[in-house]
Amino acid sequence: MTEQVQDHDGHDEDRRDFLYIATGAFAATIGAAAIWPFIDAWNPSADVLAQASTEVDLGAIEEGQSVTVVWRGKPVFIRHRTGTEISSADEPPDGLPDPQSDGDRVLKPEWLVVVGICTHLGCVPLGQKVGENRGEFGGWFCPCHGSHYDTSGRIRKGPAPRNLEVPEYAFLTDTSIRIG
Amino acid sequence: MLGRLQIAFVGLAAMVASPMVGAMAAEAGKAREPTELEWSFDGIFGQFDRAELQRGFHVFNQVCANCHSLEHIAYRHLSGIGLSEDEIKAIAAEVEVTDGPDEFGDNFQRPGRPSDPYRHPFDNEQQARAANGGALPPDLTLITKARPAGPDYVHAVLTGYGEAPPSEFEVTEGKDYNPYFKTWTIAMAEPLFEDAVEYADGTEASVDQMSRDVSAFLAWAAEPELERRKQTGFVVVAFLIILAGLLYASKRQMWAKLH
Amino acid sequence: MSAHSIETGSGGGLVKWIDSRLPIFSYMQKEYGEYPAPRNFNYWWNFGALAMFLLVTMIVTGLWLAMQYTPHVDLAFDSVQRIMRDVNSGWFIRLVHVNGGSFFFIVVYIHIFRGMYYGSFKAPRELLWMLGVIILLLMMATAFMGYVLPWGQLSFWGATVITNLFSAIPLVGDSIVTWLWGGFTVDNPTLNRFYALHFLLPFLIVGVVGLHVVALHVTGSNNPLGIEPKSQQDTVPFHPYYTVKDSFGLGVFLVIFAAVVFFAPDFFSEPENYEKADFLKTPEEIVPEWYFLPFFAILRSVPAIWFVEAKLAGVIAMFGSIFVLFALPWLDTAKVRSGKFRPIFRWFFLIFLVDCLLLGFVGGKPPNSPVFESIESFEFIDLGRITTAWYFIHFFIILPLLGRFERPLPLPDSISAAVLGSHSGGGPAASGATAKPMEKA
Repeated sequence: MTEQVQDHDGHDEDRRDFLYIATGAFAATIGAAAIWPFIDAWNPSADVLAQASTEVDLGAIEEGQSVTVVWRGKPVFIRHRTGTEISSADEPPDGLPDPQSDGDRVLKPEWLVVVGICTHLGCVPLGQKVGENRGEFGGWFCPCHGSHYDTSGRIRKGPAPRNLEVPEYAFLTDTSIRIG
Repeated sequence: MLGRLQIAFVGLAAMVASPMVGAMAAEAGKAREPTELEWSFDGIFGQFDRAELQRGFHVFNQVCANCHSLEHIAYRHLSGIGLSEDEIKAIAAEVEVTDGPDEFGDNFQRPGRPSDPYRHPFDNEQQARAANGGALPPDLTLITKARPAGPDYVHAVLTGYGEAPPSEFEVTEGKDYNPYFKTWTIAMAEPLFEDAVEYADGTEASVDQMSRDVSAFLAWAAEPELERRKQTGFVVVAFLIILAGLLYASKRQMWAKLH
Repeated sequence: MSAHSIETGSGGGLVKWIDSRLPIFSYMQKEYGEYPAPRNFNYWWNFGALAMFLLVTMIVTGLWLAMQYTPHVDLAFDSVQRIMRDVNSGWFIRLVHVNGGSFFFIVVYIHIFRGMYYGSFKAPRELLWMLGVIILLLMMATAFMGYVLPWGQLSFWGATVITNLFSAIPLVGDSIVTWLWGGFTVDNPTLNRFYALHFLLPFLIVGVVGLHVVALHVTGSNNPLGIEPKSQQDTVPFHPYYTVKDSFGLGVFLVIFAAVVFFAPDFFSEPENYEKADFLKTPEEIVPEWYFLPFFAILRSVPAIWFVEAKLAGVIAMFGSIFVLFALPWLDTAKVRSGKFRPIFRWFFLIFLVDCLLLGFVGGKPPNSPVFESIESFEFIDLGRITTAWYFIHFFIILPLLGRFERPLPLPDSISAAVLGSHSGGGPAASGATAKPMEKA
């Protein structure tokens, strides 16, 4: 390129440079656009997205009962809370590791929906089945490192840093929800 | 690279070769050539006609699906023919799907969901054959791609019943004569008759109309990416033509001082 | 050592620092910046760069397909459909890969015929040419195995028929076929090993392409006149002159390629392969991909010779038709490289080209049907025999004889004399007519 500068006058040079820059820019744009399909191909595909939301019929879950449903490959705990569970969740003490009111964690007080994965190191806490250890606060107990969750899924004791995650969900009818 | 004489030679070779192609057309198989129809999705601008696809799906769902599967289609894919989420849910919920195992290890029945695959009429190949006199109704997802004439072929077979076979041709007992089918003898009984389905949009359900609609629907089922493919193609080709033009100008500029 | 530490100071210094330890920058500068290329390449010389582009494209799209494909007989066909329907941009990536295969062969075949016409295989470029033939063989193996992966009817039956060719080998043939299959028919083990090899071979191709380029840069490129550059006047630096010319060629190629991918994606494919493989149902006609048709025609055309049965003879002829290319530098004995100066060779080159096209045509037709409607007795198998015979006659008789008896036209003094001569309207008689159009080809 430098050789050309020497044997041509400046005016000609400008026009030529413009052409080369325009061509290069155009080629670079097309090249960049061609990369997009390859990036996009790594995003969740349509069949994966189709499984991304799960509808659950709550009608069969009696008061005091819990069920586990699978959502995006993770367990989700749905508990039909009793009156005492609701009232005990409603009055948390001060100084929780991750303070949150029960009202912020449920859409309807009777129904608690949380992702059943301990926020410490990813174990699945106990407490879903009758007779399982529910920990000191009547919620869930993680056997891996001894984290205790209350009836709102909040961490009360043990090494876990945060409350059990509440997934995005909505009530479709009074007795059915869609998670995700 | 080549002189005039040589080009003439190639031309001569092409002329010699052309009757060979003609000879082949008459010879290839004995099934009758399907009539060429016009489809909305023909050509480089062609797109699907949503109303036609929905009518076609209606025919498929009511008639064809009793024997034929649509393996690569899930209910959720039907958004591609313009159905709304609620319509798809309702259609999916019409079928009972076996799911499981539940907590007791048993399989159970539940209404279908949009993410379920389109229903299979039979549990397995043996059951399908047993129900159809030994013949296996083929999967139809890719039928329009698997036949050279595409949707024309599907339409031709569906409307090709009722002719009297040639006098020397014997149709096997229990099967039908259909000159568009490769052996002329088809195990599928004539599937469509006047008003076999009732169209929601009030279109008259003639055999020809239903055949066209379901053929268009199967063309969509084989190639749901067709519209996006063509739309993307226009942009891509346009940009590439401009790029080629710019590169040509650059090349001319660059080489100008050498000449 | 102290000099090194100073070099690390600035950006340019970093380049120097790296280059004095690993000379990648000076290598690129020497081999692609300054590389003196004959100034008279025509557009037929673009196809090497196009082949390189397609090799990269095939590897990238192939890698992305491999991320979604399932090499199992029960799932392969479905996983391909899932790529077409559910994977984001999956249809685009797959259609580029599928059609890229066909375009790869188009480009490489043109590249090969260009080399044949302009004598690019002649001394001192014999090894360059032979490496090219190895690339062709590897490409064929890769393409064959790749076609099996979607597990359609032709995938399965094509694999069955081609692997069965090895049963032609006396004594051990059947054992070899069983060994290739990993079973008693083409089945899951076959699919798995073909998948592994289809993944591996392209990287071997990359390696051989590297050697091909090294060999090219040792001898320098041939050119349409077939005479070696004598002075600096005869060459131009590869960059920017041929980078921009190759880029323009690539631009034109991409327009055509994109038009097929987006508007006629099934142009090269057989409808039959959209049916899932069924080991109980042989398709009426098993036709290989179009780029194998000439070889398929040779395979079917050869009759039994003496004690060699027809199957074995066909296999030998088919492989022979490719391996004969290795011997081409010694079969073509002409002293002059370029067909431009070989008046009789030009005709025979053309006849050979038509012969190859006819072989391809015959390969796609049922052997026992008449070629012309009017002449019942002349069947495709007969046409196949004639064209097969001519293929070998061309190599073993025509080329050696031409080298001996043909009188070439006088060669120009130098490339620059031939190219620049036409500008002044004069120039040597031989090159005057061809010098200008060469550029446009």
